[in-house]
Amino acid sequence: MKFLTTNFVKCAVKGCQSSTESFPLKYSDCQLVQEEQEYNPEFLVHMLERLDWNAVIQVARDLGNDSLPPTKPDSLDPIMEEDQAVLKDLHTLLVETQIVEGRMTCNNCQHVYHIKNSIPNFLLPPHLC
Amino acid sequence: MSVPSVPIPKNLDPESQEEDYVHNVYNEIASHFSQTRYKPWPIVEKFLNDREDYSIGLDVGCGNGKYLGVNKKLFIVGTDRSSGLIECANEISGGCYNLGVADGLSLPHQEGRFDFAISIAVVHHFATAERRVQAISHILSKIRSGGEVLIYCWALEQEKSRRGYKEGDEQDILIPWVLAKKSPKKIKERKGKNDVADPEVKAKQEESHSDTEKDETIFRFYHLYKKGELSEDAVRTGVCTIVKEGYEKDNWWVIVQKN
Repeated sequence: MKFLTTNFVKCAVKGCQSSTESFPLKYSDCQLVQEEQEYNPEFLVHMLERLDWNAVIQVARDLGNDSLPPTKPDSLDPIMEEDQAVLKDLHTLLVETQIVEGRMTCNNCQHVYHIKNSIPNFLLPPHLC
Repeated sequence: MSVPSVPIPKNLDPESQEEDYVHNVYNEIASHFSQTRYKPWPIVEKFLNDREDYSIGLDVGCGNGKYLGVNKKLFIVGTDRSSGLIECANEISGGCYNLGVADGLSLPHQEGRFDFAISIAVVHHFATAERRVQAISHILSKIRSGGEVLIYCWALEQEKSRRGYKEGDEQDILIPWVLAKKSPKKIKERKGKNDVADPEVKAKQEESHSDTEKDETIFRFYHLYKKGELSEDAVRTGVCTIVKEGYEKDNWWVIVQKN
């Protein structure tokens, strides 16, 4: 599961659908690997606009990274050298960081989901469906 | 040699029907099924290529992920009820797709966050009309107002095709999937009146048995959509309008826009 994906998934329980606590999930016991992926700065600049930056910060902190700026980097330009470094860093974090194993806990209902072999599983036990 | 489809037993509980005749089947046939699913359907390809650059979307029931890489300028999260198929998708993409195992009626996404969604050959697996409408409604709940969803389901009207279903036929059916077994099981010794004493005859019987035991037929449930029915189901959600609808390769499709 790519770091980027964590920005687009939340608790699947019906009762948590409109709860703001159910996003992002809390990541723990995570095993990470860096996996080389194609660098696409244009894509990153546009994705950045659509990301919930607070959720990025929160998940990064769960994974032991406290170095993100509190506000979303904006109007990055892939041609500017300074911005290139930021984009490279974001690429490493968002696209190349894979959570191979781990737990995802809903901050609203405390249900725990698992990530195994890089795949997050959101299936619910019958009593939560 | 082809195995005919059969009507589904009536009055099954919808959840257990889906468990037995959809979820378990896809996990069992995943790798074999995945090998046969690589060519994108033209309508789906066109829908994806028509999206605005850098839109974000969902592929609900993405299977082995054959639509996740069609348009590189889109960000799509693909989910499927079958962990077997999601593993195939993850392997095929070398960890590049955004994937998850999830149920179509309990999707793990925020409401109103996404620009578009596709759900290809998925909704026809739900057991009842009510659950099919619910599935479409649930996908729409994840889409922003004005966003579009493409839904694609198997058609009842496919007279010219191999299976030959047509208007008036049973719509709720079990479709066979013949799974070629790699290593045939040993035949159990049969005792009793069928026992054959003659060793030569017995040897022949065993030979033919082990041939047939190589294949296993597994049945999947489908609701075959008749003309007009898919857009009716979409309209019944009460939250969308029909943009376009049509028929392609034995399937009905509809593009709806969220109100």
